Order: sequence, then structure tokens, then C-alpha cells
Amino acid sequence: MTSDTIHIEQSGNKVIVARDLTKRFGTFTAVDRISFEVERGEIFGFLGANGAGKTTAMRMLCGLSRPTSGSGYVAGHDINTETEAVKRSIGYMSQKFALYEDLKVCENLRLYGGIYGVPEKEMNNRIDALLENLGFQQEKETFVRQLPLGWKQKLSFATAIFHEPAIVFLDEPTGGVDPVTRRQFWEMICQAADRGITIFVTTHYMDEAEYCNRVSIMVDGRIEALDSPANLKQRYNTSTMDGVFQQLARKAERG
Amino acid sequence: MPVISVSQLSKKYRRVQALDDVSMEVNQGEVFGLIGPDGAGKTTLFRILATLILADKGRASVLGLDVVKAFKTIRNRVGYMPGRFSLYQDLTVEENLQFYATIFDTTIQENYHLIKEIYQQIEPFKKRRAGDLSGGMKQKLALSCALIHKPEVLFLDEPTTGVDPVSRKEFWEILKRLKQEGITILVSTPYMDEAGLCDRIALIQHGQLLTIDTPSAIVNGFDGRLLAVTSDAMTRLLADLRLHEQTMSCFAFGDTHHLTLKNDTLTDTDLKSWLGQRGHTNVHIRPIDATIEDCFMQLSSNHAEL
Repeated sequence: MTSDTIHIEQSGNKVIVARDLTKRFGTFTAVDRISFEVERGEIFGFLGANGAGKTTAMRMLCGLSRPTSGSGYVAGHDINTETEAVKRSIGYMSQKFALYEDLKVCENLRLYGGIYGVPEKEMNNRIDALLENLGFQQEKETFVRQLPLGWKQKLSFATAIFHEPAIVFLDEPTGGVDPVTRRQFWEMICQAADRGITIFVTTHYMDEAEYCNRVSIMVDGRIEALDSPANLKQRYNTSTMDGVFQQLARKAERG
Repeated sequence: MPVISVSQLSKKYRRVQALDDVSMEVNQGEVFGLIGPDGAGKTTLFRILATLILADKGRASVLGLDVVKAFKTIRNRVGYMPGRFSLYQDLTVEENLQFYATIFDTTIQENYHLIKEIYQQIEPFKKRRAGDLSGGMKQKLALSCALIHKPEVLFLDEPTTGVDPVSRKEFWEILKRLKQEGITILVSTPYMDEAGLCDRIALIQHGQLLTIDTPSAIVNGFDGRLLAVTSDAMTRLLADLRLHEQTMSCFAFGDTHHLTLKNDTLTDTDLKSWLGQRGHTNVHIRPIDATIEDCFMQLSSNHAEL
């Protein structure tokens, strides 16, 4: 048994645990004592207005920024003391994050697989399996720069979960993507979640918030609401997640 | 006479056909939306109209002036807010605004009424460097700078991309008031729900216009009946609906699935019992009006078949 599995068992089925997580920059409190837990295989929507503190919170959970106070565990690893182990057990994709345009599809996968320690003897099989799953076999030797935008986004996601991380962080993964591809992208997300990969996703498309099992909404550094979309809509007496968001985020004083 | 006129415009970057025979007109005082995903050609069209690049084929005019022959005059009479933040990061908020006023041979005071409402929100930070502003504040500064010379036409390339839903709503309120000042606005967005805020829109994909009309005419032109379907198992419902032989298309739309059928002989009761046989419980089916996004998907798939 590896040390990873022991850690996960210790924290039960919770892939993310945040307790009073806080980040201050000088006198400015970007993230103000947030606490929440995310279950294995859950699709967790992390919403908030611009400047609410989403990116700062996400950077702490990815082991890229040290909390000022509070604690957090990601895949059983302490984000205060085990940042390298945290980074190894997560995948990350943002709208801006680009694959290497001058490398072929298979070369990109080999590069990321290598960085994340996919064993060399498994590498080719896993690349082939992944490309087959995406229906991308024909494009194995294609340079990424020649792919249509929608395909690049799908390939970016596949690359982010190529090393089978416990959790993948998606930072506005569908910004600017056409409506059909946006939906295909979400079908990929649901499939990954069904396989047990936990999804932590930010988006400005409120219809996408509906696809999440639970949604948190940050306002001025705090989590103002956290529940399933159905419960949130009921509590705020509105038929859409946009309605929930407008009511909560309008209270924001910074942005 | 239209304020913006584009006729059979084409532009190619090496292998990519960015614009393919695009024609459209924008009238005086209109808010005209260019709606489409990244890579559709929106920015290329803006750059041609803002006299920054040349088209390969076709003609374009702004305020009755040819974009090639009269580029200097056009530049003095239009405001352009590019998609990428392009103000001077190491100048302060106030210095950037001052700079733009000066190069257009005006002063902040002269046209302050135009930007007052927007600029007041960032004025407390006027000594801060532009590079240190939040995304929302950068957007407001960029709009202020594009307006300071009182342009007759405003080009806004994806001003709300990456902006949260509350700030997006505020931004559209600002555009509505600028329209009342008589400014003609050409604005692009990848958010289909913003289409309804424009007087007229063009849906664009792969460098081609799919349609040009008022948002309500486009929605009314949706071909066939659109159904919203829900059950207790939404993921499986999507897969099952796609298996039905009468299904034309089925896509997830937030908390419902939108379904179109090949013909309208299948009744809701038939579909309900078919889904019941597949173990679906709590099935609800109701006819709904199409959204712009439904129309975009229908038009782009029709276009792909041509």
C-alpha cells in the first residue's frame, strides 16, 4: 500500500477538506476563513464574482500559495506542509493554459505523462487508450497547432487527467468555446467523475452550475452559500442559478 | 445610410479562412451584436473596421468612409476596445485616460459627462497603475479610454469575456445609456444569453455569418418544436433520448435537456411511456421557446450539412 492510499483512508471519502482557510496580502484579506469538504467523484462548482477570491483559494488548494492561516487537505495531503505531494495528486486546466502547439498530440501526452511519473512501459498503451476514448486516434501524429479550438480544449482536459489524479481543477475551462463543444466537454467531465475523479470547476456560465452536484458561491472572500443547485434555487426562490448568483453576488463590495 | 457597411469581406491567415464572404450593415444608433465562439472571425472583422489590418477581398466602410482610403479620418471618429487589455500597464489610471484624451486632441473635462458614470467607479484608484487593477476595473478603464474623444461609433471586442454575471449585467446597462447618447455600438460576445440585449445580431462561426436579424426574429425562426425533458436520472436520460429513432438532436441545457424531433407525429405521451419502459421516473416533457443558443446550434449544424 502506498502512502497516498493511507492518507486518503485517514480522511475518509473527502478528497478536499478546507478548515478556516485564510489568505491575506498585507491588510487585504483575499480569502477569509473558508471551510468546506468535497467528496470523491463529486463535481463541485466554485463560483463567485470577479475579485471574490476564487483564484487565490484555488492556488492554495493546488499547493501553489501558502495559507496565512487555517488548514487544508487535498487527496489526504496537507497543503501547508506537503505541497509537492499535493501537486502530484492533482490535475489542472485553465482556459489560458495551452498545450505545446509545436508538439504533436502524442508528444504532448508523453511530456505530461513523463512529468507526472507515468511509468514508461505503460506510456504507449495509455496514450492509445486515451486517444481511442476521445476518438482522436487519427490525430495522434498531428501538431496541436493544427487542431480546431474545441479539440484543443478536449485534449487539454484529457492531458490534465492523463496521470489519473485524485482531483482535477478546472479554471473556466469552457470560456469562448462553441455551444456544441461546450456540452461535449461537460459530458467528458461527467464521465471522469463517474470514474471517481473529483472535479473542482469554476465557470461564468450559470447553466453549467446546474451540472454540478454542489455549488459554492464566494462573495468578498467568504463562502456565502454552498448546496446542491436544486436546494439553492429553492432557498433563494428563483428558477435559475443565475437568479441565485445575482442575489448573492450583488452584495459584493469589491470587484 | 448605414453607419457600418461590410460587403463580401474575406481574410485568410495562411491556412485559416478567418472571414469568408461576410456582408452586413449596422444602422445609426444600433447596438449590434456579433455572437460566436473563439476563432469565429469576430476579432478579424473588428480589426478591419478599426483600420488596423487589410482584408484580402471585399469592401468595408465606417461612417460612409472607406476603411482603406480614409483610415485616418475613421480613427478620429471611432472608439475601439480590443479584447486583450491594451492600455499602458505602468501608467496610472489617470495617466492612461489623460494620454488618450491628449492624442485625440481633447481633454478629460470636455467629455467627462460621457464617462462620468463608469469612471467614477474607478476614480478612487486613479493613482494606481493600470497593471495592478482587477479585471473588472481594467474593463471600465478601457471603456473610459475608448470613449474620451466622444466617438460616433464604438467597437467593443468581447468586453464581457471572463467577467462574472453580475458585472456583465452592469456593463450592458452602461451600453444601453451610451446608445441613448446616439453612439452606434458594434459589440462581440461568446455569451449567447447576451444576444437578447442587442437590437440586432449576427451569429458567426468559421468566418461565416449564419444569420442576421433581431434576437426575437431569430428565436421565432427556430425550425420545429423544442421540448424540455427532465427525469430523476439526467445523465442516463440524455443518452436514452439520443437513442430514440425520432430524435433529431438532444443537448443538456442546465437543469433540462432540450430535444428536437425529426417529425412532430410523436406525442409527448408516447415519448413519456417509451422513457418509462427504460426505467425513467418522474419524467416531465413540456414545449418551450428556443433560446439564441438553441438557434445557434441548429443553424450551425444546418450550415455544416450544406
